[in-house]
Amino acid sequence: MDLKRYYPVVVLILVVILIQILTSLFGITFYLTQLTMSAYYSLLTIGLCMLMGYAGQISLGQAGFFAIGGYTTAFLTTVNLIDKAEAPVLSLFKSLGIMVLREDLYGNKILHLSPWVAFLFAVIITIFIAFLIGVPVLKLKGHYLAMATLGFGIIVYRVVLGTRAFGEADGITRVPGFNLLPGIRVSGDFANRVENYYIAWVLVIIGAILLINLVNSRAGRALRYLHGSEEAASTMGVNVSRYKLNVFVLSAIYASVAGVFLTHFNAGIGPSEASVMKSVRYVAIVAAGGMANLWGTLIMAVTLNFLSLRGVFGTYDDAVFAVILIVIMLFAPRGLIRKGVISEIEFAFKKLKPGGIIKVKRES
Amino acid sequence: MSFEQVLQYIFSGITVGSIYAVVAIGFNIIYNSTGIINFAQGEFVMMGGIIAHSFTPTMPLFLAVVLAVVITTAVGSLIELVFIRSLKNPSVLRMIIITIGLSILIREIALHIWDEKIRALPFFTGSEVTSITIFGAHISPQVLWVLGITALIVVALQFFFYFTFTGQAMRACAANRKAASLCGINTRKMVNLSFCLSAAIGAVAGCTVSPLTQTHYAMGTPLAIKGFTVAILGGLGNSTAAVLAGLLLGLLESFSISLLPMAYKDVIAISILLLILFFRPGGLFQSRQIVALKSF
Amino acid sequence: MKKTLILMVGLLLFTSLAFAGGEKEAAEKKPIKVGAIFAVTGPASFLGAPEAKTVEMLVEEINAQGGILGRPLEVIVKDSAASPEKAISFAKQLIEEEKVIAILGPSTSGETLQIKELCESAQTILISCAAAESIVDPVASYVFKTPQKDSYAAIKIFQTMNEMGIERIGVVAANTGFGNAGIGQLKKYAPEHGIEIAIAETYDRAATDLTAVLTKINAQGIEAVVNWSIVPAQSIIPKNMKQLGMNVPLFQSHGFGNIKYVEAAGSAAEGIIFPCGRLLVAELLPDDHPQKNVLVTYKQNYESRFNEDVSTFGGHAYDALLILKKGIEMANSTDKAETRSAIENIKDFPGTGGVFSFSPADHNGLGIDSFEMLTVKNGKFALYKE
Repeated sequence: MDLKRYYPVVVLILVVILIQILTSLFGITFYLTQLTMSAYYSLLTIGLCMLMGYAGQISLGQAGFFAIGGYTTAFLTTVNLIDKAEAPVLSLFKSLGIMVLREDLYGNKILHLSPWVAFLFAVIITIFIAFLIGVPVLKLKGHYLAMATLGFGIIVYRVVLGTRAFGEADGITRVPGFNLLPGIRVSGDFANRVENYYIAWVLVIIGAILLINLVNSRAGRALRYLHGSEEAASTMGVNVSRYKLNVFVLSAIYASVAGVFLTHFNAGIGPSEASVMKSVRYVAIVAAGGMANLWGTLIMAVTLNFLSLRGVFGTYDDAVFAVILIVIMLFAPRGLIRKGVISEIEFAFKKLKPGGIIKVKRES
Repeated sequence: MSFEQVLQYIFSGITVGSIYAVVAIGFNIIYNSTGIINFAQGEFVMMGGIIAHSFTPTMPLFLAVVLAVVITTAVGSLIELVFIRSLKNPSVLRMIIITIGLSILIREIALHIWDEKIRALPFFTGSEVTSITIFGAHISPQVLWVLGITALIVVALQFFFYFTFTGQAMRACAANRKAASLCGINTRKMVNLSFCLSAAIGAVAGCTVSPLTQTHYAMGTPLAIKGFTVAILGGLGNSTAAVLAGLLLGLLESFSISLLPMAYKDVIAISILLLILFFRPGGLFQSRQIVALKSF
Repeated sequence: MKKTLILMVGLLLFTSLAFAGGEKEAAEKKPIKVGAIFAVTGPASFLGAPEAKTVEMLVEEINAQGGILGRPLEVIVKDSAASPEKAISFAKQLIEEEKVIAILGPSTSGETLQIKELCESAQTILISCAAAESIVDPVASYVFKTPQKDSYAAIKIFQTMNEMGIERIGVVAANTGFGNAGIGQLKKYAPEHGIEIAIAETYDRAATDLTAVLTKINAQGIEAVVNWSIVPAQSIIPKNMKQLGMNVPLFQSHGFGNIKYVEAAGSAAEGIIFPCGRLLVAELLPDDHPQKNVLVTYKQNYESRFNEDVSTFGGHAYDALLILKKGIEMANSTDKAETRSAIENIKDFPGTGGVFSFSPADHNGLGIDSFEMLTVKNGKFALYKE
């Protein structure tokens, strides 16, 4: 087995630990809040990177899967079943230990499903929906595929925005923390911050390792070496459509898991998480990260989300994002974080100068 | 449902549908000459309305509209020169991202130049309270303007593309850029022209619909999404089909409202669209062979 | 590969440390830090933008008059673009890093509800500029709001309808938090006023034509339409109604309180009836009205400074900051708990939204008399009188 491809994972682990230690040393652990949130968005983004970069399928509906995960868990862990506590199904659930009785800030008693059950339920629903739409959607190509996935995203957005049970425009609030294991709790409380930072990044690291393996599987290798030519891969006996569907479902699971965890971390979710602009943002980050470049995408996702969530650009947040996109796509279309990018940018700027080296041919 | 009501829903659907259709036509023009979808198309519509509105206090409406169209066209041309021309054989995805970036950028610039408030141009004829009655259903004179101008654009485009030399040259570019350039057609000029043309059409649409829909810095993106939907539904690159598809989507939306809560209007319309795509992956009016030619 | 790794480490370090600069200030005359989360851009910018401008203006005014308790006031405005996840992130940032005494805003109900519990458990004062009643019901001890209650607006509208003899109505609302809350209150109070809601529909903020939904409503044989909305698309309703030849009266909510909406609707806006605070008719009030002074001051200062018409939305932010100032002064301290209980004791305090009288059970502080029924006459707001 070729261990070399796991070196960046080791570096990532070290960087994650280093940042935590540094922030503690300098007494600025509050940066971890936004780094945790960024990690969950990154988890979604690397899943999408896999789908776009390696399987060659664009998806403008990824925020839809994020919302399916987030809203499912938010709904199941906030809907109060205390009035129906005597119903036989609920008694059964209670005896199975998958119900939670808690008290909110105002002293109301709330009986709901345990977050673990909600989490599993969210993932199952996601897999089901991803298969259901994946089969017909992945037969489409190009702009038609983009439109179909966009359409899926719009439907999810409209459903959460129009349904009373999902809080309509207000979204769902007061989502409880998620006791992952005894003593390990996904929640936004300031006391749990360091722990949550590690939970988020462990998820990202697991996600990254899974992706690396998938990329290097037989089908993944075949597609990669054939430069995404499905016809060529098919002739080699690779079941391309099966592979694409699997990747599509996997990327949906990543998005959904990110949605579940971030919803527990934020203690709520709103319809803006399902909006088309979010999906577009994820696609743009993958493109800016260099498409089939897992690490480039990860760094872009963390950096851009971190800066945005901290409000660094104020009212120019969207404008700055747009400029970054345009500049990267114009001057470094294969992403910013990779080998030889500096010389390429220099080259692009030289081209702009009058009398520059216009006629130089360059292999790209 | 009474006859008047059915007719009213039809009128409503046609109004909305023709707005979608004009945006879709803008998409198609650029798609035909470059093979890319310009997601900033909705922003051209916004610019048309918002610029014309800024001029109305100082000049007659007609002049303001003309000026707005000219300025928007210039911006369209500039976008092509600065962002599109320098790229050689860009991938489709790269172009999508650039145009999405442009769309966001133009929107944010508009927010900072103008403001977040809404504007509406005055009605071309009559006023907000004028209403024309046709077989018991009511329609605003501005809707007739929108329909008339959409029809005019479609007819003019057909004429332009089939009966003028420049139009034919543009079609040649669309069919095969290399071959066209070998025939002595200046393909770069044609691409630039397509941006000018779709910006101009967007701006005209923006001015025409402004009295009805109002103009707002962020109106571009929702319109672009609907326009894109319609362009796909009709089959990319086919402007006549886009008009039919636009009317179809408008009617679908309007009749879905008659039966179900309006909150789910898009759910119904988009679900039907997805079903159509699954069974006819190239849009309603296009054959499979053409689709196979124009993919990523 | 090596270069990638170096870049990766470098970038992560950069992002973590670039904004880590601490600040050391002299202990005396340290500014009082207040946070604000407004949707300055994005889909609710028509709320957030005037709010941010108002706060910016008011901070300068307060500091020019010597600040609060002799200390300068510093307001950190964050633009949430109306997305809850940003509001949550910013709220945590303001509470923990900036250690603000209070947060003004957010602009929308959804965002406010998402950070309500957060502020309560972190014991930081939140004075929301959003309308939904669930912000102050159940009462969270640190959470207040300045806009008038939706329920009072609904009751005001129903009272006027009773006077006019209207019994059967249709309701349209935008699919925002404001619109949803409004439909809820209308449905709640309609029966006790003997009014039947025949149909209730919601429309999108990006709606371009609403004749279809109005046709559906018109078919129900209604005697009036209520449009509960805060988004620009609400101006399409009156135009489409005239176009359809619907001659029933149109009632709007207090979200109509921006002259731009009247301008966009043009002559179709004539005769619209809606409940609203008195800001829009400040000049028409008698001189001895308790709000007259604050309304005229705000209106004149805002309009001369920003060269645009004042809207009630900016007024909510104006009230929020003034109430906080009053609370700090009454507590004579910037302690969060003391200021909080001081705000609960504020009585008869004139603001732009009405005369505020808070209590431990009432964190909105406004009565139904904070509303006046207004109408549109000759393209201007006017008092509606029978």
